[in-house]
Parts: sequence; structure tokens; C-alpha cells
Amino acid sequence: MSTTTTTRRLTMAQAISEATAQEMARDPRVFVMGEDVGKYGGIFSATTGLLDQFGPERVMDTPISETGFMGAALGAAAEGLRPISELMFVDFFGVCFDQIYNHIAKNHYMSGGACKYPLVITTGIGGGYNDAAQHSQCLYSIFAHVPGLKVVVPSNAYDAKGLMTSAIRDDNPVVFLYHKGIMGLSWMSYFEGSTNEVPEEQYTIPFGQARVVREGSDVTIVTLSQMVQKSVLAAEKLAEEGISAEVLDLRTLVPLDRAAVLKSVKRTGRLLVADEDYLSYGLSGEIAALVAENIDTVRLKAPVRRLAVPDVPIPFSRPLENFAIPQVENIVASVRGLMTFKLDQ
Amino acid sequence: MEATAEQLLWMYEKMVEIREYEETMAKVYLEAKLPPKIQKGLAFDIGAGPVPGEMHLAAGQEPVAVGVCAHLRRDDTVVGAHRPHHFAIAKDVDLNAMTAEMYGKATGLGRGKGGHMHLFDPAVKFSCSGIVGAGAPQACGAALAAKKLGTDAVAIAFFGEGAANQGAFHEALNLAALWKLPVVFVVEDNKYGISVEKSASTAIASNADRAAAYGMPGVLVEKNDAVAVFEAAGVAVARARRGEGPTLIEVKTDRYYGHFQGDPETYRPKGEAKELRQHDPIPTLGALLRSRDLLDDEADAALRARVSARVQAAYDFGRNSPYPEPQDALLHVFAE
Repeated sequence: MSTTTTTRRLTMAQAISEATAQEMARDPRVFVMGEDVGKYGGIFSATTGLLDQFGPERVMDTPISETGFMGAALGAAAEGLRPISELMFVDFFGVCFDQIYNHIAKNHYMSGGACKYPLVITTGIGGGYNDAAQHSQCLYSIFAHVPGLKVVVPSNAYDAKGLMTSAIRDDNPVVFLYHKGIMGLSWMSYFEGSTNEVPEEQYTIPFGQARVVREGSDVTIVTLSQMVQKSVLAAEKLAEEGISAEVLDLRTLVPLDRAAVLKSVKRTGRLLVADEDYLSYGLSGEIAALVAENIDTVRLKAPVRRLAVPDVPIPFSRPLENFAIPQVENIVASVRGLMTFKLDQ
Repeated sequence: MEATAEQLLWMYEKMVEIREYEETMAKVYLEAKLPPKIQKGLAFDIGAGPVPGEMHLAAGQEPVAVGVCAHLRRDDTVVGAHRPHHFAIAKDVDLNAMTAEMYGKATGLGRGKGGHMHLFDPAVKFSCSGIVGAGAPQACGAALAAKKLGTDAVAIAFFGEGAANQGAFHEALNLAALWKLPVVFVVEDNKYGISVEKSASTAIASNADRAAAYGMPGVLVEKNDAVAVFEAAGVAVARARRGEGPTLIEVKTDRYYGHFQGDPETYRPKGEAKELRQHDPIPTLGALLRSRDLLDDEADAALRARVSARVQAAYDFGRNSPYPEPQDALLHVFAE
């Protein structure tokens, strides 16, 4: 095993395309298709450089017909190929969801394990740049709700590369959701922290292992994606006030690292879930339920708090959007509230 | 392309097998579904009996399946629809395992997880879907894989004329023509999309005309006849194998049963199904075989006995196989 590791600072977009390129070079069965993945390099740069390296047979621009190419990804995967199929914005899932949730997610199960569908669906998520209600959602909970899909939501370039490599090598359908605001795009402001040191060599990060981004002892902030960066900023502010916040990045929703959540909350006794998806029936409810179901082993010092989009479509206007999507100051305020709470003993 | 004696005999035997299979299922399926005394409001219990769930039978539509599949190899892909048995049998899906699947048994193709609308047999590259129109893009994917892997395998998407109004159909045709995929789209026009007559769902008389919009050949087979389907499919499959791209074929065919078993068929003129059976394509092909001295009474009887034994064995296998363990419901969400 090589002991020398070369690392560079990469954006998350560069890390994703590098992981894809390295897997394509390693495995001729891997190919990419989707809207504008060729010359354009992916509308959020997730496929930049791939066309030059691998040519149009393996980096295929598709017509704007998501049902067509998502179904084709399934058909190709059934034959042993390993497609990566890009759904440009997650918001567009509605036009092709039948192929995803009725077929890609279920055919392995309905075949009693006889058929495998190794494919990756990549898609951009998230708001914060005033693109309004049809281009700003996260929606990962919808995919996580349907059995049969693995759901990956990285927060930084290092994780994105390792998780993408794992996703391509997985024999199951994986939905890989990247937040546009942390891809490192030159045309979009973003939160520091997602561009980081990435080894040139290939490596994998197993699914279902949350990461402690920042250790703390007073409160656990369970989060993911761009909200990791916001939570770290919030934790720094809180530290100035003497509050020690632990930030836990889930990294994958399916499988979900329940043990890591419980371990941290047992230690801190306080939980805030910070999520950019809708509040009701989503990830934040899932994490809260997890703690509630284990309340015999978790000693809470305050009620569980959830911070998420308050069940409104993402609005366009800047002050409206800033209000709807949880911000650093909202995280700080929620944690402060948790710290002042006194539970009856 | 003229069918050889061997191909004609194969199609005939398969049609007899499909018919026997479907007529047997029509009886088996009804077991315990009709209460001894018809209760008010409950004349038919869909979840009761040895074969639960919905059941869509294809008797009458045999020519479509055999006429196309006569050109296929084991490594060619077939994606069927919610009425899948004739395609599955024509593609040589394991008959025992397929039947066991309908009984919900552990020995079934999907170990009892799929049922009759969701049959998967990777050994012969067969799958189907309960969602109307969904198979067309999937067949494109299989064809794309063949192209990428450099084989001359082809993919067939079978679906009903109702599916041709789905977006998936149109996206798939465009994709296939754009990428010159080795795929053949076969529309079975049995006149009804569930209960709605084609004239009430589709603005044009023949879906074959829609092929022109995508720059591919469109062929209408107006007779529910195995030889006619064979000839049209032969051209299309050969074209696909040569790498010249997709074809759309529409076949006018007949559905002898309702949309599903238990369908009161109030939308159908009285006696229509009986009338359709007057033009049964099986004796038509039998007569052709006889006229060419390829079949006589003795050979026909032997063939029918052979088929009956196969079909009966499949039903016995399905009925007598064990159920899965209940907790096996938790298996196979993900591949290990």
C-alpha cells in the first residue's frame, strides 16, 4: 500500500467529477448521462472535464426527457452496466419519479434479489440564491422514504469524493444529492468549509457513518449538507458565549447512522436538528423520533428542537427566502433556547 | 422474411401453451373467490384463493408474443407490461417459477415478492411492470447496454395501445431514434385501455403512424395472426441487429377476457368476446401447418399432450411449493 498521499484543495464539484473520472477509468462499465453533462460539464459542474477525457460515448448528453433516461439507466444497469444519471435539479423529480420509486427502488425487491440495479442518480439541491420554489428544494426525505434507495448528501469535497466512489461501486441504486451552494461554483456565493483537502488517490467512505465535524459537550446539532457549514459557524459563535456545541454530519440518510446520533445526544443531553428540507414528515421528525424511541437510554436536559423550512415553498425574494431557510443566527438562537430550558426533574 | 417450418411449429406450440396456461389460470384464479352464496355487496373477493391479487389474462393476444419472440435469442431483452404471461412464455421464462410467483410461493421468480405483474427472469432477460408505459424507456436502456457492450442483442418493449398515450412512450421513442438503439416497440392494440375504447383515448387510428414523428419506421399489422406479426417483427429485429435503429409496430389483436379477472365488462358489447373467438389465431396457424403437411391429428394431439403436461406441472409446482417465511418480507430491499 502506498504511504505517500498527495492532497490538493478541491471544490465539491471538482471532487465529484474526479471521483467519477477515476471510477470510469477503473471500470469500463461506468458511464454518465443527463442533461448538459457533456460540453457544459454539468449545470453545477459535477461532470466537468469528463467529456474531454472519455468522449461522447461515455458522457452522454440526453434530451430533456427525464423519464426516458432514468428508465434507460435502469435498463442499462439491469444488463450489468453502471450508469450515473443526472437529474439536473432535484425539483424535477416529479417528471420521472415513476421510474425512480416504482422501478429503480423496487425491482430488486420484487425480483426476490434476482436482479441488481447498480446506478447512481446525481442531483442538485438547495436554495439560498433566489431561484424560487421550483429550483430550490432539498427533498431528500422523499427519496429516503421509499425503501430501496440509498441516499447520500455530502457536505464537503473530501466526503463527496469518497462517498461518490462508494456510490458508483455500490450494487444498489444510490441517490447522490449535492447542495449547489457548497459546490464551489464561481457564479454562486457559498459557505466556507466545503472546499477542502482531497487526496488524489481513490478512496471510499462507507455509507451509514456520520462524522463529528466539531466536538462539543452541551448540545448536539444533527445536520447535513450546506447546513453543516452553517452549524459550524453557529457553533463558533456559541463558543464565544461559553456554549459547547457538537456538530454531527449525517452524510447519508439511507443508511442512517442512528448509533452516532444517540451516542452524541446521550453525552450532551440536548438535540437540535438543523435541516434545509421541509419541516413536516421529514428528516428532522425522523431524528426526533429516534431519540424519543430511545428515551429510556437518553437523558434529555431539554426538549428536542427542530429547525427546518417551515412548510412553505421556497420563496423568491431575498428577505423571504432568508426567512424560510434556516440561517446561522437561527441555529444560534435555537441552541441558546435549548440551554436556558429547565426540565422538571 | 418467411418463417421456416421449425419457426411455424414453435409458434404454434407456444400459442397452444400460452392459451392452455391462461385458460387454466382463469379457473385456478377463481377458486374461493366466489362465495358459495353470493353475499350482498361481495360477489368476488380478489385477495382470496390460491392466486391472490389482480389477474390480467392475455388469451387471444398470443400472436403478438410468439410472432416477435420467434426472432429472439436468450440474450435479447424483453420488457413486458402488466398483462405479461404470453410474453414471458414466448421468451422461455421458467414456467414453474413464474407460476409459483403467482401463488406467492418461495420458489417463485421473485420469491413471492412480485406477483403476476412483476415477473423477473434474468436468465432469459425478461422483466415486466405494473405501470402503464414504464417499460419502453427501460428497453431503451437494455438496447443502449447492448450497443455499449458491442453485442448484437436487441431489446423489445411490449405494451398496450393505452400506453402509447403516456409520456414515457414518447420519450422512449425519441431517445431510441436519436441514439439509433437496437430496440423494437410493439404496441398491442386490443381495442381497450382497461374499459376505454381506443377511439375515445387516441386521436389517430394507428399508433404506427406516430413513428413518423420520431423518424423511425412504423408498421401496422392489421391481422391478429402469428405469421403476419412474425414477418413484421423479422424486418424490425433484423434492422435493430444490424445497428440501424428502432421500429414501432402496432398489432391489432383481441382480448378474450376482461381487463382483469372479475371485470364485469359492462363497457363491452354483449357477446363480443365470443365473437372474437370465432377468429381464433391458433386454429388458423394450425390449418396453415396442416396445409403444408407440417402437422396432422396425431402430431397435434402429441403436441397438446406435451403442452398440457408442462402447464399442469407448472401449476402443481406453484400450488405445492411452500410459502416464504413471513419475516422474509424484510429481505432483498438492498443487494448485499
